[in-house]
Amino acid sequence: MDAPQLIENFLQSLTAGVLTGTIYGLLCVGLTLIFGVMRVINFAQGDFMMLGMYFAFYCFGAIGGQIVFGDVVGPFVAALLAGPAVFIAGLVAHKALIAAVTGTGAAALEAEGHYAQLILTLGLSLVLQNAGLFAFGSAPVSISTPLSYSAWEVGPLYGDRISVFVNQGQTISALLAIGVAVALGLLLGHTRLGRSLRAAADNPRAAIYMGIDVERAYRLAFGFGVGITAIGGGLLASSYPFQPYVGLEYVIVMYAGVVLGGLGSVRGAFFGGLTIGLVQQLSALILPTQLQNTAIFVAFLAIILLRPQGLFGTAARRA
Amino acid sequence: MNAKVSTKGASGKVAKNVSDTFSAQRRVSFGVLGRKRCLTHFSHRWWILAFIALYGVIALFVTNSYQQLIMTVVPVWAVMGLSWNLLSGYSGLISFGHAAFFGIGAYFVVLALIEFDLTPWIGIPIAGVLGAIAGLVIGIPTFRLRGHYFALAMLAYPLALLYVFEWLGYQEVAVPMKREAPAAYMQFADQRVYVFLALAMLLAAMIVTRLVERSRFGRSLLAIKQDETAAEASGIDTLRWKLKAITLSGAMAGVVGGFYAVVLLIVTPPAVFGMLVSAQALVVAMFGGVGTVWGPVIGAATLVPLADMLHAELGHIVPGIQGVIYGLAIIAVVRLAPEGVFWRVRDLLAGTMAERKPAAPAAPTRRNAAASAEHDTSAAPHPSSSARREAAHLSDAVEAVAAEDLPARGAELDRRRRAERLTNAPVVLEVRGLTKAFGGLHAVKDVSLDVREGEILGIIGPNGAGKTTLFNLLNGFTAPDAGRVRLYGEDVTGARPNRICRRGIGRTFQVVKPFARMTVAENVVVGAYVRAATDDDAAALAHAALETVGLAAAADRVAGRLTNRELRLMELARALASQPKLLLLDEILAGLSHDEVRELIDLIARLPDLGITAVIIEHTMHAMVRLVDRFVVLDHGAVLASGDPDTVTRDPAVIEAYLGRKWLEGHARDR
Repeated sequence: MDAPQLIENFLQSLTAGVLTGTIYGLLCVGLTLIFGVMRVINFAQGDFMMLGMYFAFYCFGAIGGQIVFGDVVGPFVAALLAGPAVFIAGLVAHKALIAAVTGTGAAALEAEGHYAQLILTLGLSLVLQNAGLFAFGSAPVSISTPLSYSAWEVGPLYGDRISVFVNQGQTISALLAIGVAVALGLLLGHTRLGRSLRAAADNPRAAIYMGIDVERAYRLAFGFGVGITAIGGGLLASSYPFQPYVGLEYVIVMYAGVVLGGLGSVRGAFFGGLTIGLVQQLSALILPTQLQNTAIFVAFLAIILLRPQGLFGTAARRA
Repeated sequence: MNAKVSTKGASGKVAKNVSDTFSAQRRVSFGVLGRKRCLTHFSHRWWILAFIALYGVIALFVTNSYQQLIMTVVPVWAVMGLSWNLLSGYSGLISFGHAAFFGIGAYFVVLALIEFDLTPWIGIPIAGVLGAIAGLVIGIPTFRLRGHYFALAMLAYPLALLYVFEWLGYQEVAVPMKREAPAAYMQFADQRVYVFLALAMLLAAMIVTRLVERSRFGRSLLAIKQDETAAEASGIDTLRWKLKAITLSGAMAGVVGGFYAVVLLIVTPPAVFGMLVSAQALVVAMFGGVGTVWGPVIGAATLVPLADMLHAELGHIVPGIQGVIYGLAIIAVVRLAPEGVFWRVRDLLAGTMAERKPAAPAAPTRRNAAASAEHDTSAAPHPSSSARREAAHLSDAVEAVAAEDLPARGAELDRRRRAERLTNAPVVLEVRGLTKAFGGLHAVKDVSLDVREGEILGIIGPNGAGKTTLFNLLNGFTAPDAGRVRLYGEDVTGARPNRICRRGIGRTFQVVKPFARMTVAENVVVGAYVRAATDDDAAALAHAALETVGLAAAADRVAGRLTNRELRLMELARALASQPKLLLLDEILAGLSHDEVRELIDLIARLPDLGITAVIIEHTMHAMVRLVDRFVVLDHGAVLASGDPDTVTRDPAVIEAYLGRKWLEGHARDR
């Protein structure tokens, strides 16, 4: 393989990495609201994402999104609608199950309820995955739109030898992902709701004294977290096939991104997810495709073993 | 036994004292205790044998091959649950990745049979060795992590392996049929043989678990589960025990994975490395009960047949019903019986549920608040009011000293004599220029001090003065940025806490976390392991320590039901059981009533007679004025003043640090 070919491959992977990475960034932003900000472990985050993907799939297909909004706009509308739908699912799940082990309920538990959260949401994850298998079947599906197959050609550069193709569907998805992430950042930083979420996470007891409904804050944060990840899932659904077990792979992607970005930072989580997307796509240059996921898992292990405080965080105080 | 104990002790003097208190009479009472434990062990052994025998007899009469398969798979998952329990149930480090060991075992047995014609009779034991090696290789880096980070990291190993095996082209590997000599390749026409093989593995796993549970191994793991830092400070080499646990656990999972391949005949990456394998190991153990040999067995015997039968009946309509069953089981357990069915039933039978529950968490929660306040100045909720409280205490103390109320004339002379003797005593602990900053905040700044043998030194200071951080630097929890710590002239700076404990620095904590289900004696024994070669020696040291603090009568009581005072005494006994030369006491008087404080102070005052030098952190000077030989006052991480109680309590700088300049000026005006 000659040099221009190598450069082209690299640029192509880089482009793919940035585009998928941006959506991964949004997935991570959703998780960081739950894990980074509220310090609640949600193992079922990937399965809520799966719900979002199937919601978008059926919203586009069976329910008629395709007919109302057309092939081009339909998938994106469906993806964005997955947000509120899974938000409600998240509120219900939190109210029914998770509330007992978060917020004020967690204070009395061992390790601030982390173990209980981990195991409870593992159970939820198993139920969602297998209920999904029953409801949606095991065959992989995806949302196909004309944009999934069209690309802008950048180039030819360097005397016709290098050109990079930028997938249009993914580009629009990436831009939407950035938009949603920015909106969430503003919501957290500049609204009364955002402040009450952060206060409740910081010190549940003190927040109660300040008149904040801590249970509600945790419930909303959980709903927003899974809802935003579901939008990310909906955006991914038009370029990647998925099945009910898809969540497990992405739960690692998400935790890797969140930890990499440093806990508690929405911006850090977004860039953490972006980095993971880049690692995944660039690893394809040197590794066989089947090992792309292994590359992510290895990256995840390397991150939490070597820099558990994240790339952008500072050393936490221990002891 | 006395002689043995005293030679084992690092400090002969301490050991002699301890062994003196340990009279023949007490040895008898401890013998009774030992025999009682033997009895429960005996009955456990019979229960295990009876269960295995019953299961075997039932298996003999089962002829339906589907039922035989289920009867084989139940012990398989019970062993998997026991393997998970050995690591996660006892040490509290939750593994989401036991499928890694299981899958390695399964693939090794199948591939070795195909490639090298290696019989599973040899392949399965080797699979165990590989599982053990995998445990060690995974454990060494991953044990740097704790809590949920450990769990998530463990998840990544089997999933990474899953894709590697798919990439290697082992999507579906079948066990080749050996028609000529099936038995030599562990292939039997009579399915019942597999049931018996599985049962034999279960018996072995249960015996191993019981041996671990009853020994220093299991107690050390439990100590880690309760409070890893405290375990480390009690001289337990936490990393070593955790590595042993994951190695043994990996071996068990490797063996059972290899056997599973032989039973199911086909191995695929998702079936052996998949999430459901790890989840199933975790779920059967947690459902049945963690930290006991029976938990995983109960869990597997309940959930495996339920899930399998429902799968057989409804699998074609409801795919994935197994996953739903395991998911619901674990949700139910977390919500209804967080420690599992076994403990729930046992508690109901014993009727202890109501009494035990509130005792344990209530005290620590309150103390936690104090602890975090001590850690971080900014976290202190109401600095002004706590300062005022401080002020009240200090002025009490000052007045007490000024009025010469507490130290009577004779005592005063006595104290002078003691002070003279102390100036000539050898230096136990030498601290020079110790500094530690967190971010921009200097928690401890250039602290130098000497502690002399037989001395009782009080370290006081307002909230956030760096007292606990100083202790953490002294016993190795935190590495200093600069400065040295020497114990009897030996440099111990930056050594690991269990090493420092071994060298002779013991410690108690602000937050007492007992092993609520264990007896007082069993709690204290954990502290003695560092000095004792055998479990008997450890029991003797523990009893002597209980004797010293006056808690011997409560030795057989369950720690979860102790009062705050008794908890403090028990923790003191645990620290004494390690026979320290130097004891660091972190706010040991907090939360005690006036009389209880008095009792504890009398006890601490006797430590020098036992050859133990003590350093006490307290929030307030109040009770300490009577007790200590010398005060060191910390403020903003630096030594503000040091000297005998009289001098220090009259030092204007000290008064200012506690009460603030304004108070001082106002006070001066009033005068």
